[in-house]
Amino acid sequence: MPLTGTTHKMAIACLAIALAAGCTGRQPEKGAGAPPRGSIAPARESSILNTGSDTLVNLALAWAERYMALHPDVRISVTGGGSGTGIASLINGTIQIANASREMSAEEIAEAKKNGITPVRFTVALDAIAVVVNPRNPVKGLTLRQISDMYTGKIGRWSAVAGDDRPIVLLSRESNSGTYVYFLEQVLRLGDSKARTLFSPETLLMPSSEGISTEVRQNVNAIGYDGLGYVTADLKMVALARTADGPYVLPSAATVLDKTYPVSRPLYMYTAGEPSGAIKAYLDWVMGEGQGLVTDLGFVPLRKGGQ
Amino acid sequence: MASPRARERIPLSRVSEFTIETLIRVLGFSTIGLVLLIFLFLLREGMPVFFEVPLRGLFSSRWYPTFAIFGALPLILGSILVTLLAIVIALPLGVATAVFVREVAPRWAREILKPIIEVLAGIPSVVLGFFGMTFVAPLVRDVLGAPTGLTAFSGAIILAYMALPTLISVAEDALDSVPKSYRDAGLAMGATRWQTIWRVVVPAARSGILTAVMLGMGRAIGETMAVMMVTGNAAVMPSSLASLFRPVRTMTATIAAEMGEVARGSTHYHALFGIGIILFVLTFFINLAAAKAIFQKKRKGGLR
Repeated sequence: MPLTGTTHKMAIACLAIALAAGCTGRQPEKGAGAPPRGSIAPARESSILNTGSDTLVNLALAWAERYMALHPDVRISVTGGGSGTGIASLINGTIQIANASREMSAEEIAEAKKNGITPVRFTVALDAIAVVVNPRNPVKGLTLRQISDMYTGKIGRWSAVAGDDRPIVLLSRESNSGTYVYFLEQVLRLGDSKARTLFSPETLLMPSSEGISTEVRQNVNAIGYDGLGYVTADLKMVALARTADGPYVLPSAATVLDKTYPVSRPLYMYTAGEPSGAIKAYLDWVMGEGQGLVTDLGFVPLRKGGQ
Repeated sequence: MASPRARERIPLSRVSEFTIETLIRVLGFSTIGLVLLIFLFLLREGMPVFFEVPLRGLFSSRWYPTFAIFGALPLILGSILVTLLAIVIALPLGVATAVFVREVAPRWAREILKPIIEVLAGIPSVVLGFFGMTFVAPLVRDVLGAPTGLTAFSGAIILAYMALPTLISVAEDALDSVPKSYRDAGLAMGATRWQTIWRVVVPAARSGILTAVMLGMGRAIGETMAVMMVTGNAAVMPSSLASLFRPVRTMTATIAAEMGEVARGSTHYHALFGIGIILFVLTFFINLAAAKAIFQKKRKGGLR
């Protein structure tokens, strides 16, 4: 995953050195609140390491870049790797903020506590999961039950959902993605926590969002799902309904906020303990002014209008 | 009558000889040592899965690692299917190209062809994967009428393409080492050029061509990125001939796709290393088969 620029690669390298012996040979700190040289990494609050969810990584990068432009004394390094990776790093104390597209599991929280870390959760944006098909596919709306039946293999042809007489090709993200787990729990299992339903083994697991959009763009038979921010204009989004009576709703910021779109989720940032200093300032900015960037990246801000 | 100087020189040259010999020996054995270390590491990380998951579960037909279902059979069969198909495609093409480059093409054509073939080997697999995803897959879908173009067949085409440069250059070397007298003898017996090539030169180079096939197979079975992008990654059991035109999930793609986010020390983590062991053993047997074929050929006093 890209860093925000060479200075941040340097920042990471420097941080590693700082861990051991204090950071010498760097340009002087301009920030007022910077702790004295030689203190250990987490206390160097002007350097924030932010790792985690691939869903969130572009948004987190945009936030970091804008924030650093406004506050030159703060350095924020953003990397992806997945929600699990971010949370694991937070538990190990190597980063200050973990991005996650799911909540931490009970085991993860227990493990963090064992390391003397109490994770604190912040909801930083909302995300809708869009179901996409090829623009030539005539299907406009589907119920969650129909999608569940498709992905579990009960329905094999588009004709069963008022489409053409074609086979259905199921596309999914890889099983390690937070989006996969969310889609499984909320759509395939229809939110029933006791259900043991799984994706049909015929489901094609694509290693990237790009893989899904390429195949849907080319293949009339395909159906896929991904975060709203990753849906490109040449894919057709399907309107979803909780029940067959409707209403069928297309994903958008408005329909996520008024909760009419049925498949949306919060995105989180976790900190180790109650944040203070530069980390707190950054999170406050993310949840306040930073919300203005959210819509541009295809996500849904916490409040209407983005501010 | 040797001067004292000469007497001194002999042990000195022995010392340097000994040093160099030892150095070479150490370097040679360190390669073996490294392979052993890698294998031990694989074993250490992968063996636990054989105790954590019953063997029947491990060789069942469903792979849902997130839900502790670790049936690796579709992955193993997927890898084998794609690799064999790739070799079936690459072998005739590769041997024909090698024969053309070595036996038929005029000198100037050979000098152009050889570097071009070597350049093929340098194309990054992700580029080929992207090419496969955007060009080969739609073609396979449209021409064969399959529901999706992301199939074992598309993967095999890309893999064949990747195995070709290795196959061609090794096969060409094998043809090259067939003595000129064989060709002369063939032609002198009244055989046509084609008959000489097909009945004399190619059989004489058989063991070298077999090595080429095995090396190509080794390249194909271990290839990850392109396969992951093109084969669709659905862990379905290949059950019939039609499976060739269905998505498959290979062992390499599974490791690459899932290793990034797996918790260290979990059953899933061990399972991925377990797949690594299976892959290692499989390539080991491919190489063993190749070595055995070459060895037998030589013992019989074969042509090469």
